[in-house]
Amino acid sequence: MHELSIVASLFEILEAKARENQATKIVGVRLKVGKLAGIVPEFLESAFDSYKKDTIAAEARLEVEEVPLKMRCRKCAAEIEREDYSLVCPSCGSTDLEIIEGMDLLLDKIDLEI
Amino acid sequence: MGARKMAKKEIVVREEILGSNKKIAADIRARLEAAGVLVVNLLSSPGSGKTTLLERLVETLKPTHPLAVIEGDIETERDAERIRRKGVPAWQITTGGACHLEAKMVARIIPEIPAETQFLFIENVGNLVCPASYDLGENLRCVLLSAPEGDDKPKKYPAAFATADCLILTKSDLVPVLPFDPERAAQEALEINPRLRVFVTSALNGKGIAELVRYFIESRANLIQRQRHA
Repeated sequence: MHELSIVASLFEILEAKARENQATKIVGVRLKVGKLAGIVPEFLESAFDSYKKDTIAAEARLEVEEVPLKMRCRKCAAEIEREDYSLVCPSCGSTDLEIIEGMDLLLDKIDLEI
Repeated sequence: MGARKMAKKEIVVREEILGSNKKIAADIRARLEAAGVLVVNLLSSPGSGKTTLLERLVETLKPTHPLAVIEGDIETERDAERIRRKGVPAWQITTGGACHLEAKMVARIIPEIPAETQFLFIENVGNLVCPASYDLGENLRCVLLSAPEGDDKPKKYPAAFATADCLILTKSDLVPVLPFDPERAAQEALEINPRLRVFVTSALNGKGIAELVRYFIESRANLIQRQRHA
């Protein structure tokens, strides 16, 4: 339940980007949320909607794309997507896997009006 | 003069939202590594025995290794007071409601840490979900799981276990009276994260404390060696 503090960090970036681009408003915000980022998209959306009032993003629409957990096997180089968090390679059984996607919380794109 | 025409523009940002936390954490890590301090971040749900384990660690380490403790809680100075009673410098961060510590909260305390400090333990706010997303500048992240919580937790709260370096099973003295299988708990956690070092401990009877202390001392020795080669 730390979605509100994440939204606060998000707005720091949004406001900086709006200034840099001399935008009058932000109309769209697109996020990529890793499956293992520990974030509930619905909570993020409600936090965003209450935070955005009286900001440059007051009319912005938030889109949240969930990014599945993707790993690469360090032994056989197979790329693996899993739902159950088991870090075992289905091709060779190795447990030496590297997580390559699905941990992060990214601000992907912003739509501005200038 | 007509109204200015509105232009729409899409900007590709691709920036980590918690990037500023990561940056502050990296600064903390660099500063403390250079000073020879090993930083340990302790994560768990409330009541799994973080503070009691810390009291045992403090008692064991203090005679030979200067250490300091940062306590994170939503309210009260209680935990820091418990550590201070053991004669070790301790700072309390009260988040006033926030469910996790952030690097900037830790950064404010760093200048006050005594120069001779070798270990800094940070006890995070009791919560197995949110603290996992925030790097505090630690060298080791330890997740605690106590016997009464049940051995099925790792897969229910995967992020904490996936991002940890070590798993500390606590309250093992209660295992005889609980349907808790330490091996099953360890197995679940290792399936999520095969790199985890696992310790079975009891703050009550002292089981596993010496092994855990040795692990921290070895980790610090490795850190200092890496510093010398750098």
